[in-house]
Amino acid sequence: MAREQHDYDDIPGTFVFDAERSRQGFGINMFCMSLMKDDNRKAFKANEAEYLKKFNLTPEQTDAILKRDYNRMLELGGNIYFTAKLGATDGHSFQHLAAVMTGASQQDYAAMMLGGGRPVEGNRSRSGKNVPSKFISAAAAKKAAKRAAATKPKAKASKASKAKSKPKSTKWK
Amino acid sequence: MARIVAGIGSSHVPAIGAAIDNGKTEEPYWKRVFSGFVKSQEWMRELKPDVAIIVYNDHASAFSVEMIPTFALGCAVEFPPADEGWGPRPVPVVQGHPALASHIAQSVILDEFDLTICNKMEVDHGMTVPMNLLFGKVDKDAHWPCPVVPLAVNVVMYPPPTGHRCFMLGRAIRKAVESYPEDLKVVIFGTGGLSHQISGPRAGLINSKWDKSFLDNLSKDPQKLVKIPHIDYMREAGAEGIEMVMWLVMRGALDDKADEIYRFYTVPASNTAVGHIILANRPRGAAKKAATKSKRPAVKHKRAAARVKSAVRRSKR
Ligand SMILES: [Fe+2]
Repeated sequence: MAREQHDYDDIPGTFVFDAERSRQGFGINMFCMSLMKDDNRKAFKANEAEYLKKFNLTPEQTDAILKRDYNRMLELGGNIYFTAKLGATDGHSFQHLAAVMTGASQQDYAAMMLGGGRPVEGNRSRSGKNVPSKFISAAAAKKAAKRAAATKPKAKASKASKAKSKPKSTKWK
Repeated sequence: MARIVAGIGSSHVPAIGAAIDNGKTEEPYWKRVFSGFVKSQEWMRELKPDVAIIVYNDHASAFSVEMIPTFALGCAVEFPPADEGWGPRPVPVVQGHPALASHIAQSVILDEFDLTICNKMEVDHGMTVPMNLLFGKVDKDAHWPCPVVPLAVNVVMYPPPTGHRCFMLGRAIRKAVESYPEDLKVVIFGTGGLSHQISGPRAGLINSKWDKSFLDNLSKDPQKLVKIPHIDYMREAGAEGIEMVMWLVMRGALDDKADEIYRFYTVPASNTAVGHIILANRPRGAAKKAATKSKRPAVKHKRAAARVKSAVRRSKR
């Protein structure tokens, strides 16, 4: 059965972990949860494919795990708080994982974060709904800008690395 | 009568806990984050609450995908820190307040909020990081300054409870606290957020405009916030930014008019925008009923608030 359509499918670069994915990805997440125990980490590392057989995974899910395709794991029902445990088992920091998912080098990703993160402009919608939420009032936005200008160090930091981080703010279809 | 005197909003970024545990708080990157909590810790030391209700979420530590309770109230005597893959955090076991917790459970469930009760539960960074930020670093073998009633909210699997539901639960908690016979000074924490996305190709999203507007409305016009649909949180504040609904439980538990006595915001800590706010209820006459407002000041508390405010002004210059 095809996945039910939802309003949040319009958010680019995002796999919302909903009830349907929670059901579909049960095996992925239970596998990741098992990595909380050292014995299991060792057993997994000793023979990954064999270890994965215990979790009732689909061939696609097994493949995504073996290839460490983190975005595909999310698409197939994995949840980031769970898949992060696989990353940790591989000895990676979370920021490494985040960089991998965004297709950036860890250095570039870290620079983007220091520069104020990935901007929301241009990253709201696949279908062009790029109007800011009506819950951000114009008055609040103005005040925010004023306050941001008043906090010098932060304003400086974001200005300095804005140029650097800009090319990373890719849009997704 | 027990009474909620203040609400605290705080991010609960795991990397903040790691920075504390690994002695990195003096590094410039982390100092920027911790500097925003120095005054709050002073304020907290002065306030000396008897109990803290902490609204937080579990991140695949105590709850797996086997059972996903929407609202889970911790009624246990104690809550050990969970092993999140690197061994449990070196912080004290969190002491519960089973009497107040079960009173809240009973009151709130009869108020039609169908809570899950947890009589055994481990707690992860979602709870212990804000505790460190407000209570400071506490040695593993020492004690946290007050017992805690944990309220775990599902924000991991979509859909989390709506902002409106969270706010109304806060109100029900306030009612429960105020019907507790013992004189207790209670604070309530809303934790998580602010904007961040840590999953998928859009990871790294931060929206400071959204965050500032959220904080502004949290103190002045929370009714505006309760109407925000989940899609707006996820679009604007990131897929994981939806944690912000937990702050609305805290806000709902405060009086309609509460005074903002402190605020801090910085980007980033790891992948997340760090937000922090302290909202204080206005003093009420001790003998009067919950609904009647009295102008009699609780001197000590007001002074503490004024001190924090002037400190903030000073630091802005
Ligand atoms: Fe969280």
